[in-house]
Amino acid sequence: MKQFISFVRKEFYHIFRDPRTMFILLGMPVILVVIFGFALTNEVKNADIAVFDQSKDEATSSLIAELQASRYFNIEKRLRSYQEVEEEFKKGNIKMAVVLPPNFGSDLLHLHNAQVQLIADASDPNVANTLTNYAAAVILDFQDRITDGRNLPYTITTQFRMLYNPQLKGAYSFVPGVMAMVLMLVCTMMTAITIVREKETGTMEVLLVSPVQPMKIVTAKAVPYLLLSLINIATILMLSYFVLDVPINGSLTLLVLQSILFTVTSLALGLLISAITDSQQTAMFISLTGMFLPALMLSGFMFPIENMPTILQLLSHLVPAKWYYIIVRSVMIKGVGMEAVWKETLILSGMLLFFLFMSIKKFKIRLA
Amino acid sequence: MSTAVKADNLEKRYGTKKEVTHALKGVSFEVERGELFGIIGPDGAGKTSLFRILTTLLVPEGGQAQVDGYDVVEDYREIRKRVGYMPGRFSLYQDLTVEENLKFFATIFHTTVGENYDLIKDIYEQIEPFKDRKAGKLSGGMKQKLALSCALIHRPSVLFLDEPTTGVDAVSRKEFWEMLRKLKEQGITILVSTPYMDEASLCDRVALIQTGEIMSINTPEGIIRDFENPLVAVKADNMFRLLKDLQSFPGLFDSYAFGEYHHAVLQKENQQQELQAYLQEQQHESLELQQIKPDVEDCFIALMKTDS
Repeated sequence: MKQFISFVRKEFYHIFRDPRTMFILLGMPVILVVIFGFALTNEVKNADIAVFDQSKDEATSSLIAELQASRYFNIEKRLRSYQEVEEEFKKGNIKMAVVLPPNFGSDLLHLHNAQVQLIADASDPNVANTLTNYAAAVILDFQDRITDGRNLPYTITTQFRMLYNPQLKGAYSFVPGVMAMVLMLVCTMMTAITIVREKETGTMEVLLVSPVQPMKIVTAKAVPYLLLSLINIATILMLSYFVLDVPINGSLTLLVLQSILFTVTSLALGLLISAITDSQQTAMFISLTGMFLPALMLSGFMFPIENMPTILQLLSHLVPAKWYYIIVRSVMIKGVGMEAVWKETLILSGMLLFFLFMSIKKFKIRLA
Repeated sequence: MSTAVKADNLEKRYGTKKEVTHALKGVSFEVERGELFGIIGPDGAGKTSLFRILTTLLVPEGGQAQVDGYDVVEDYREIRKRVGYMPGRFSLYQDLTVEENLKFFATIFHTTVGENYDLIKDIYEQIEPFKDRKAGKLSGGMKQKLALSCALIHRPSVLFLDEPTTGVDAVSRKEFWEMLRKLKEQGITILVSTPYMDEASLCDRVALIQTGEIMSINTPEGIIRDFENPLVAVKADNMFRLLKDLQSFPGLFDSYAFGEYHHAVLQKENQQQELQAYLQEQQHESLELQQIKPDVEDCFIALMKTDS
């Protein structure tokens, strides 16, 4: 045990004395959260829109007032013809137009069904998508309010309801993704590199010719990274809760426990990589292209898995980050409990056991 | 049990089927307990492979070896507890201080710096003033002393030093060998490899190794005694022409450049006059010629010549 502690202490010295390692370990997570939370958000504020109101009745004016009141839209223009709508788009003055047909109010009152047309500038599909979603949400609110207390519901088409994230806040989907990425980076890549570095500098040679069991050498190396990952989890959660206003709807304990499970899985993966590589460059290459990129692309955090070709969908099942991403999203944003994520938890645990088994099997007690 | 290290027909091969490098081609020797044994040979002779097999880091393709009576393959755990190993390359933590390195290695060998301090005292005292300095910032000679201290911290029964003096200045090299002498007096068996022939005379016995084969095992004096042919050192103004002329001398066994002289190994005794006359015939100016005693390097070159 004394041996083990001495190893862990040594590992902390390595980390604390190398500014680059420190930066990747503790600076990177903060930077990633800030970048993804603010800079890369698909949230749109104060977008310029135009309204083409052909009805000009009580219902349309209150709907327009509501659009204007929301902080997402700024009604730049009132238009009088379809031709004007097209012109405004061409000039690039507006990002979306709301078209209210004639007799909107009376249709709503008498037929209980009215239509709204949302025209968006789809040259930026993300913004277009976001804006139409915002607008639909506002219209839905409006509809709910006028239906309130009546037997016959008023319906306005363009209906859809967005669960959990009615404003489609970017941070809601990025925070779980960033957590997966950071833990993958810290645990898998850094652990693999630090072990392989000992092989490269020759210190592993000296350690092997000592009474320490080789497996102890590598597990001792993993401990500091586990501890630092816990700090990272805390930093990310605090940043997202206090700065990005992402709620933690589910149980914090479950979230932390799941994060530890994913951390340990990533560590085991790092150990496996270190067991099969001999140079820091190879270790880095495998961690980045083999682990980090799939975590980014195939976890569902940047691109929806549902839209991918079948083969990529199948491949995504092999990415641990995907399962962790689902778990964090479910627990943190949807606020569900263990009963909803037991399957993903089981899959992650299975991966953990597999990586551990493989790294023990592949671990070399000699040089070659 | 008086044998500390025993190697029996060790073979080591690297590479795939297409391109096989034979690093060791059947190496056998025995080292007595308490002996200072030198493995001497040029780069690529197989010294490091041999050391790695004996320290359980590599598995030999053929033959077997015992260290302290334990088999290097079967009982590797036992060997790892009782040997000290200093690889050819400086292999301590450069970002840890001198003291931290020493303490770390003491702990992993289940001991403390205090417990065996008497063994490393002489060595460690020289680097103690720098104990708070990072190991990476030490000079070559000091790194060597620190590495030796770390390899000795658990009072090993056999100490393996792979080219400890390579890349170290002449003064530090001399100091280092003095330290090894003192350790030997403490009863530690030492195996040391070196490419420097002049260090052979500092060992109790040496094995001369070349391209994976041991050419001779003997005491340094014994190796020189085995050198039977007369040896002549020759010098003249035109050294290049001199070497060519030497090679055309009929009674010559071998000749080679050696420092500021050329060494000529003759086939028979009493050929020195003959050689002098021969060279004077070629009109060499300021010709110097004297019979000398061979050193280990002459023996090594002669053995290489005989083998090929």
